[in-house]
Amino acid sequence: MANSEHTSKQFDADLEDIRSRVLQMGGLVEAQLMAAIEGFSSGGETVINRVIDSEPRVNRHEKEIDDAIVHVVARRQPAASDLRLIMGVSKIVTDLERIGDEAEKVARMARQIYARGALTIPRSIDVRQTGNKAMLMLRRVLDAMARLDAREAEKIIAEDKLIDTEFRGIMRQLITYMMEDPRTITTALDIVWIAKAIERVGDHAKNIAEHVIYIVHGTDVRHTTVTPPKAPQGNT
Amino acid sequence: MASLTLTSIEGKPTPVTPIAQLEIRNFNFYYGQFQALKNINLNVYKSRVTAFIGPSGCGKSTLLRTINRMYSLYPEQRAEGELLLDGKNLLDGDVDVNELRSRVGMVFQKPTPFPMSIYDNIAFGVRLHEKLPRGMMDERVEWALQRAALWDEVKDKLGQSGMSLSGGQQQRLCIARGIAVKPRILLLDEPTSALDPISTLRIEELIHDLKKDFTIVIVTHNMQQAARVSDYTAYMYLGELVEFDETDTIFVKPKMKATEDYITGRFG
Repeated sequence: MANSEHTSKQFDADLEDIRSRVLQMGGLVEAQLMAAIEGFSSGGETVINRVIDSEPRVNRHEKEIDDAIVHVVARRQPAASDLRLIMGVSKIVTDLERIGDEAEKVARMARQIYARGALTIPRSIDVRQTGNKAMLMLRRVLDAMARLDAREAEKIIAEDKLIDTEFRGIMRQLITYMMEDPRTITTALDIVWIAKAIERVGDHAKNIAEHVIYIVHGTDVRHTTVTPPKAPQGNT
Repeated sequence: MASLTLTSIEGKPTPVTPIAQLEIRNFNFYYGQFQALKNINLNVYKSRVTAFIGPSGCGKSTLLRTINRMYSLYPEQRAEGELLLDGKNLLDGDVDVNELRSRVGMVFQKPTPFPMSIYDNIAFGVRLHEKLPRGMMDERVEWALQRAALWDEVKDKLGQSGMSLSGGQQQRLCIARGIAVKPRILLLDEPTSALDPISTLRIEELIHDLKKDFTIVIVTHNMQQAARVSDYTAYMYLGELVEFDETDTIFVKPKMKATEDYITGRFG
């Protein structure tokens, strides 16, 4: 990656603006997901509402960043690492927005479950633990994005499998539960949706990690197994 | 941009291995004591557009001008190494420079129409190399003007002076003059730097059309132009070839940090 400054200071300022807005959006989505998991655990009305209310802010961030990207492309015709940054960020923003959607889904389902006054919530601890794992994954990928750390991004990609495995485990348990006591089906199905949303968060975090690798190395690792690419040569 | 083919939807089309039309080997160039080019090695591929880019003074125009031995006009300039056009070293003493220039055409930064009619501007170069009867010469002039996308604009005024055309038309006239002798290679030295954006786009479109029949080498200060028109790009700095690769690679994922800095505007 070229870290030195552009001859055009305005170009530097435009890129920095986009970068900082994406980090802000990432922070917002992270807080949203954390609140959604907390809302699922506690059923707290305030925290659940906070998740749902912050959705329009996330959407606004997405539109503003996309707009800023279009302007940079139109005015600066970015190339090489700048082009990869712009293309990568444009995709990262989409994944962040979807994570926001999943967090909102978790919050709405949690509200539904608690409104119904369900006495027991099957597999709630497992779901919360997987949720925390997905959140940690998101936090780490946001850090990797901020630091443009491709090595860390590679590790995160490998970890998505853990969340997928846990999701399948939760599904199996819920199916057994529903078969044993059909009265739990309504609530158990809500839990299925929540677990699925969390599993999708892991997928989006993995996508972001792939975009980070593209930004840093220019290698498209989607739909492949990751192998570390070569670093650019030369010192000047 | 490569055209989309049916096979590219199914998977990547079988890559066509490019044929080297001009091989530049261990090439050095001197202006008196000053060494302007240092050990350049690269292939110019047949029916492809190769762009030379780099900051002022990097040697890109010098390299371009050696390909048709423009430097032979100046006794204090000398070249070492090999410029192999179809296997023959252009630097050899027995190369007929006039004949060479019919195989390697050149168009300059500022349009340089001759002070004669549009028709004669084209026919002049052809007459130097071939004796054509009137009818065939008419056909050749029309062919060259057609290929240079100028025919429709000038077909009713072939007898008028070439100087009466607009800047963009004059440059296309010069390209028509360059291709009229059916060269193998067409050298373009910043061909659009004196033109407005629309004329520039027309020339770029023309370059795209012409590469089917001619090998094109272009020197340009406009990096986006190199990205738009070329298949291969050579980045040069201080007389050295820093990186040479497919244009897609140079503009998306260059291997050298120096290229990256220049392409992204972090230079100097």
